[in-house]
This record gives sequence, structure tokens and C-alpha cells, in this order.
Amino acid sequence: MTTATTTTGDRPAPADGEPVLEVRDLSVTFTTEGGTVSAVDGVDLTLGRGEIVGVVGESGCGKSVTAMSLAGLLPRSAEVTGSVELLGRQLRGAPPAQLRAVRGNEIAYIFQEPMSSLNPVLTVGRQVSEVLQVHERMSRARARERAVELLRLVGIPSPERRVRQYPHELSGGMRQRVMIAMAVACDPTVLVADEPTTALDVTVQAGILDVLRGLRDRLGTSILVITHDLGVIADVADRVVVMYAGRVVERAGVEELFVHPRHHYAAGLLSASPTPGRYAAADDRLQEIPGLVPTLAEQPDACTFADRCPAATDRCRSAAPPLAELDPGSGHEVACWHPRGSTPTTDHPAGEEDA
Amino acid sequence: MSVDPVLSEAPARPDGPDHASGSAAGPRRRVVRRLLHNPLAVASGLVLVVAVLVGVLAPVLAPYTAEATDFGATLAPPGTPGHLLGTDDLGRDVLSRILLGMRASLLVAVLAVVTAIGVGVPLGLVAGYFRAVDGVISRLTDLMLAFPFLILAVGLAAVRGASLGNAAIAIGIAQVPGIIRVVRSDTLRLKSLDFVAAAVVDGASDLWVLLRHVLPNATSVVLVQATVAVPAAILGEAVLSFLGLGIQPPAPSLGTMLAAAQPFAARAPWNAVMPGLAIMLLALSFNVFGDSLRDALDPRGSRR
Amino acid sequence: MARYLATRAWQSLLTLVLAAVVVFLGIRALPGDPALALAGEDRSPEALAAIRSEYGLDQSLPVQFWQYVTRMVRGDLGTSIRTGEPVSEMLRTALPVTLELSLLAIVIATLLGVLAGVVAAVRRGRPEEWVANGLALVGLSVPHFWLGLVAILYLAVATNLFPASGFVPLAEDPVANLHHLVLPSVILGTGLAAVIMRQTRSSMLDALSADYVRTAEAKGLRPRVVVTRHALRNSLIVVVTIVGLQLGALISGAVVTEQIFTLPGFGKLTIDAVFQRDYPVIQAVVLVTATSYIVINFAVDLLYSVIDPRVRVAGEAA
Repeated sequence: MTTATTTTGDRPAPADGEPVLEVRDLSVTFTTEGGTVSAVDGVDLTLGRGEIVGVVGESGCGKSVTAMSLAGLLPRSAEVTGSVELLGRQLRGAPPAQLRAVRGNEIAYIFQEPMSSLNPVLTVGRQVSEVLQVHERMSRARARERAVELLRLVGIPSPERRVRQYPHELSGGMRQRVMIAMAVACDPTVLVADEPTTALDVTVQAGILDVLRGLRDRLGTSILVITHDLGVIADVADRVVVMYAGRVVERAGVEELFVHPRHHYAAGLLSASPTPGRYAAADDRLQEIPGLVPTLAEQPDACTFADRCPAATDRCRSAAPPLAELDPGSGHEVACWHPRGSTPTTDHPAGEEDA
Repeated sequence: MSVDPVLSEAPARPDGPDHASGSAAGPRRRVVRRLLHNPLAVASGLVLVVAVLVGVLAPVLAPYTAEATDFGATLAPPGTPGHLLGTDDLGRDVLSRILLGMRASLLVAVLAVVTAIGVGVPLGLVAGYFRAVDGVISRLTDLMLAFPFLILAVGLAAVRGASLGNAAIAIGIAQVPGIIRVVRSDTLRLKSLDFVAAAVVDGASDLWVLLRHVLPNATSVVLVQATVAVPAAILGEAVLSFLGLGIQPPAPSLGTMLAAAQPFAARAPWNAVMPGLAIMLLALSFNVFGDSLRDALDPRGSRR
Repeated sequence: MARYLATRAWQSLLTLVLAAVVVFLGIRALPGDPALALAGEDRSPEALAAIRSEYGLDQSLPVQFWQYVTRMVRGDLGTSIRTGEPVSEMLRTALPVTLELSLLAIVIATLLGVLAGVVAAVRRGRPEEWVANGLALVGLSVPHFWLGLVAILYLAVATNLFPASGFVPLAEDPVANLHHLVLPSVILGTGLAAVIMRQTRSSMLDALSADYVRTAEAKGLRPRVVVTRHALRNSLIVVVTIVGLQLGALISGAVVTEQIFTLPGFGKLTIDAVFQRDYPVIQAVVLVTATSYIVINFAVDLLYSVIDPRVRVAGEAA
């Protein structure tokens, strides 16, 4: 098994392909009985061809909502604004039929719980082949043959036998491979993997991540990995987007972020995790940062992390810092008034001192 | 870890019920508040209160006695002076008989449901709490289910004669399995909770734990089950009396009224229509109120 | 699965034996001398003695029970006091009527109930859900025998669209047979339809919020396919068990429905027997009902393990 430390070195340079997915100023609010709740606020995201981008953050930070909103998978109670462009085509607000043609075909999803995300009463073969029947207009027999090939592609042994089995007859890792086979059936441009390894054993996790990397290398699939696990990010991602309370707080190449985290939240995440390349133990996640994730609605005009931040000042509580590059051309962006590693005189982003 | 809370549950999620103590005043007040905010619950509740009052006061409210015949006005249509809802083939006042019949329906329903709760709750508690007797009680439940209430009533009528009491017993026994089932599963659930385990660790006897900790917390499921059982019992009484297996004529019962109306139904349809509407109104208000109560008790909010 | 089925089979058998004991003791609990009750009109000492030896009433209780069971297993259910006919023969003519009525009612109730339940769940919070919920509540609350009376009054008698009563055997004239059974089976099916609708709606709501439905949506399947192939398929598993559990209510309902539409079925036989104190018939009716309930629920368990792959394999693993 490849360890993360060795792969980090020979990873392709970030953003080596033209952008296939561009998200601009994406916001999502949910209407509930208690009023509206903002889940995602002004998120920008770019995914290049053949690139793996990791979106990391604590549970409730809006990363999954962002992922679901890409192909219009949010419930009706969600109001989505902003722009989601796939190869130049606007998806936000597109008619349902058009979105259905994109889902599972150009944008495909892998979900967290491979048990509950597979239909318990349909054979895995059926669940894989129905995607092909819908999008590739394959006959049932042809789709079934192709399903066998796909299961083999994702590393499922004796796929001829497996296609006839039901999800509960497979192990967790095998189920997740089935999910992946389903997702890549139509050779999607973008693969969204929402916590693809969270429910799995550490050894199984590594296998699944190998499969994802292999897909990118062989098929050129662009992959968005949503996770709370920095170990996963370190293992597969080229670039990282750190989200906190519905906003992007930092964006950088993976090594840059792990070596020089500029946002205090990102730094907190890293110190709460083992060093890059080693998987976080199950009980050693991100809880070490004191305080709770606020809901965005509580602080529209403030840095959402201010209450938990060791470097917070009055300014952090009165204005939200914009996401901007620290050093022009570096590609390392951070949304912080007092980024780490800066002297007070070179205060970011406008260089102001708020003594 | 689960998916983001926004997706997995409504952000404005009401807090779960407080199972930590027997006297859960907070949740109880919330249930009442939720009921008061539900127009259907308020309406059905009002109808129920009126129906129960009518049942209790029927002998006072009814303009005539059940057996008073007026041979001068047989099969009089509704609106006839002195007979608001008309009369039957013997000239008996339909309104009076409906009021008294509702009283009988409610009486049988209460007897049946009290019987069912009296038998079902202890069995359910024991089945859920002591694994050793669970199997025995399950077989007993299967056995009871194997005799549909009408067949049970037929058997009882054959052995002991048809009467109001036997009808109530047959209906009550038929409802025991349902009570056992909900109490058993709630007991299983409560048994696994910390406060019960804590009581056991403290050296409380099984009986004490069952009566002081499990039973009070199981009241809400029994209450919901009872609101389903009462309308079923009302319908059951009507069926048995209609067939002659329940309340015996000339005693007033909505079921016997329907049976008596059958031969004259074409000539005097009100005789056949009115008592049925009365049964439906009673059963419907219980069912609507029961649904509202279940919604109000459901920590997930209005769901089913 | 074999083990699961073996357990269920054993439990069913045990319940069956217990049911037989209950019926057996019930007959012995008759007031006075059971021989007198079983004798009917002819109460001469010779006739009573014959009955005592036929029913083994002069033997000890366990011996009597054994004789009773062996007679039942042989299909000898005794002789009707009223008609002198063998009870098994009376059942043979009555049961097909009830069976056909019940089957039709189940089919109608399942179609209506599942359809309304799916609509209510899919169109949640819209007028369609309110209508479906309201209809289900009325279906649960309406005394269906009264609905039958009203239907006869306003549909059969007034319009002559349907016959108000009577029965034509299926073999004789299938069209007339159906014509006679439409109204009774719709009436009998109302309560069951309401129960099925509520169960379907509730399971569908669960299914529609399940992760696998989100997966199906993420695959780009059409909503109709998501609802039918993914959500409904899972929901129906629960619905099947509900139909099994509602069998008792259905049998009770069939008795009354037959009485109202004067169908010469099992229910009519039962009620007539009660009023004529035809004990051998009552005993047979109670026993046959209990047996069919137990057997059919065992069959539902079998069916359940066929349609739910999880049960199938969980049992194999056990």
C-alpha cells in the first residue's frame, strides 16, 4: 500500500488543467420554521481537469451543502444563489431535466455511508447498470456486462458473482467501491466524493483513496473530496480549500497549507491532527479547537472564527476579512486580518494595523 | 460522523423528550402547547369533550326515553315537530336513541380499552423487562391474534350469551396484543437508557424499577395506543350489536338501531343514516385527536 | 434463512395447538352438559349416549383432546345440529365465497392504499396529501357495515347499477359473479385501504429521506423511477406485513359484509350458527379461522423473506 508521504512528493503540480468546474459566490440558505439559516456564504471554488481538490472543515461548516448544491441536489427548502459553471454551462437554476442529464453523467457523487447510500433491496449490479441505462441508453444486458467491468475497474474481486449480490452481502469497503463504480460508470467530468472514507477502517480507507487517485490518473477525472479528515487531504489532494461556518477561510496547494497554514483555524486543524501523511486516529479529530462552530446568521459582519481565535481583535468582530492572496502570484489565499507568519506591520490584507 | 446537520435534520429541531425523569413537566407542557396550536387537535378535542358530556348526560338531554313509543308517528321524517331527527318503525325518537346509543358506545369502548390496558400493560412491561418470559408472552399474543374479535365474540356469545359485557370483553381481548406490543417495545427502549440502569445499580428491585421508572415513561405510548383503540372499540361495538352479538334490543345502541332500520331503509333512510353518522363522528374525532396527540408527542415534530 | 423459517414454523405450530386447546376447552365450558348442547333436538338418552361416545365425552380430558385433534386432522369437523350435514361439507361451499370476497377486497385495498399513500408522501404538504390523509381517517372511522347499508340504499336499490344482495358462483357466470362482489369487496376493503395508505405514507416518507434515495437522485434518475424503483420497493416490504396483521380485521369484516349483502359465505354460516346454537358449526368456524390466520401469517413471513433480501441472508448467516 502506498503511504501518503511518498505520494505527496510526486504529485502533479496543482491546477495543471483548464478549469472544468467554476463556482462563484455560491450561497445557500435554508428556510425553516424558525426563519432562514445560512449554510454557505459566498463560496468560490475552481476545479481543474484532472485535479483533486480537497474541501476540509468541521461538520456543519457547509462543505457538504456546497457539494450537494453543485448538481441541484439540495431539498426544496434550500435557496441557492451565485454561479455554478460546468465547462462553461451554467447549472444553477437550470431546468430539472437538464440537471438530471448532468447528474450521474457529468457530475457524479460518492456518499459517506456506503451501507445506507446503496438501496438494500436491489442487487449492486442493478444499481450500477441503471446509471448506464439512463445516461448511455444501454440495453439492460449490455449495461450489466459493463457493470461487471466497472466493478473490476474499482478493484472488486470476482465481479461476475458480486453483481448478483445485495449491498448487505458486501463489506463496507466493497460497498464503497460499488458506489465508486456507480459514480464513474458514465466517465464523469467531475466526481464529488463526500466523506468517501469516513465510515471505513483505516486500511480500507487507503484502498479507496488509491482507487480515486487511479481514476484521476487513468481517466483524467476531476475530483472534489469533501472531508473533515486532513489525513485524506494529505493523501490525495492537490489543492485544499478550508471552510469554516459557511465561508472559505483559506485556499492553498496541499503542501503549502500543511507547511505554512496562515489562517488560525487551519493551523488549529493541523495541530489537532497528526502530521501529514499519517492518518488521524478515530478519536483524534478536530475537537481540540475550543468553542463551537457558530451559525453564520449570528455574525454577518465579523470573522466567523473570531470567538475561537487566539489572535482575534476588535476588528475581527466588526468586519469580515475578504479572501485574498498574501503574496501575489503564490496562489495561497487566506481570509484573515491577522494571518499567522506575518509580522504586525505587514498586516493582511490591507496592511492596516488596528491597535 | 454523520453528514452535515443541515442535511440530516431540520436546523430548528425541537429538543428530544426528557426521559431522564418520571415527572417530565417540560415536555408535557410542550405537548399541550403543540396540541393547542393545531386547529385539528383543538376541533377534535372539543368534539370529544362534547361527545363525552353527551354520553354522561344522555338520560337528561334526551327528549324521550329510549323505549318511549309514539304509534301516532312511526317512521316520521327528520324535522317532525317533537322529533328533530324523526322516529323509527315503532315511533321511537331517533335523536333520543342516538344520544343514548352514543352513551352505550362510549361505555363499551371505555370498558374494552380499560380491560385491554389492564391486561396488556402488565404483560407488555413484563415481556419487555424479563427476557425469560418474553417468548411465552409472544406466543400468548400470537394466540390472541389468531382469534379475530368477531370470532371471539361469536365464541363468547355461544358460550356465555350475547351481552354488552361480553362484547366489551371480546373487543378488549382483541386489543390486548396491540397494547402489549407498544408497551413491550417501549420497555425495551427504556431499559437500555442510563437512568434505568442507574436505578438497577442503586439496588432498586425490578418491581420498583418497572413501576417507578419504566411505567411513567411508557404512559405516552399507552395514551396514543388508547386513542387508536377507543374508536376501534366503538366500531366493534356497533358491529357486534348490529349482528345481535352485543347490546340486546330494545336497549338503545347505534348498532342495534342500524339493524332495526335495515328492513325500512328504503322508506325511512334517516333511520339508517343518522346512527351511522353518529358512530363515524365519534370514531373520527378520536382518530383525529389521536393523530394530533401522536404528532405532538413525536420529538421529531409533526411527522405522521 | 432455513433456521429462521424453522423457528417460525415451530412457533406457528405451537400457536395452532394452543388455539385447538382453547376451542376444545371452550366447548367444555358450555353451560350444562355439552352432550345436551351438541344433541340439538333429539335428547333421548340413546342419542346423548351416542354423542358422548362420538365426542369421547366419557373419557378423560387428555384422551378427549387427542381424539378431538385426530378427528379434526382427518377433516371430520362433526355434523351440523340444524341441517344434519357434515360441517366440513358446509365449509366447502361457504369458504370459496369468503375467500373470493376477501381476495378482491385485499387487491382493491392494496391498490388504493398504496397509490394514495405514495401520493400523500410524494406530495407532502400539498392539497393532495391533505385529501389522502382525510380520506384515510374517514376510512378508519366509518363503520363499514353502515357504509354497506348506505351503498345498498343509494347505489344498488336507487340506481340498479349493482345487485343489492345475492351471489353467483364464479364457475357459473364469472361476469355476474364479479358484478355481485364489486360492492361488497369495495366496502370490505375501505378499512384495510385506510390502514395500508397510512402505513405506505409513513414508510414512503422514511424511504424518501433515506440516503439511497439521495443516491438515486444523484444518479440522474427521473423522479418517477426514484419513487417507484427505489423508495416504493423498500416501503412495500413493511406494507406486506401490515396486510398479514390486518387479516383478523378482514375476517371480522367479511362476516359482517356477507351478512349485509346476504352472501352465502363463511360469515353467514357463522352468524346463523350462533343464533341456532349450532355448536359443532361454531366450533369448526372458530377453529378454521384461527388455523387460517396462523397459516396465512406464516405464509406472509415466507413471502417477507422472499421479497426482503436482508432477511434472506441474515437467516443464512445465523
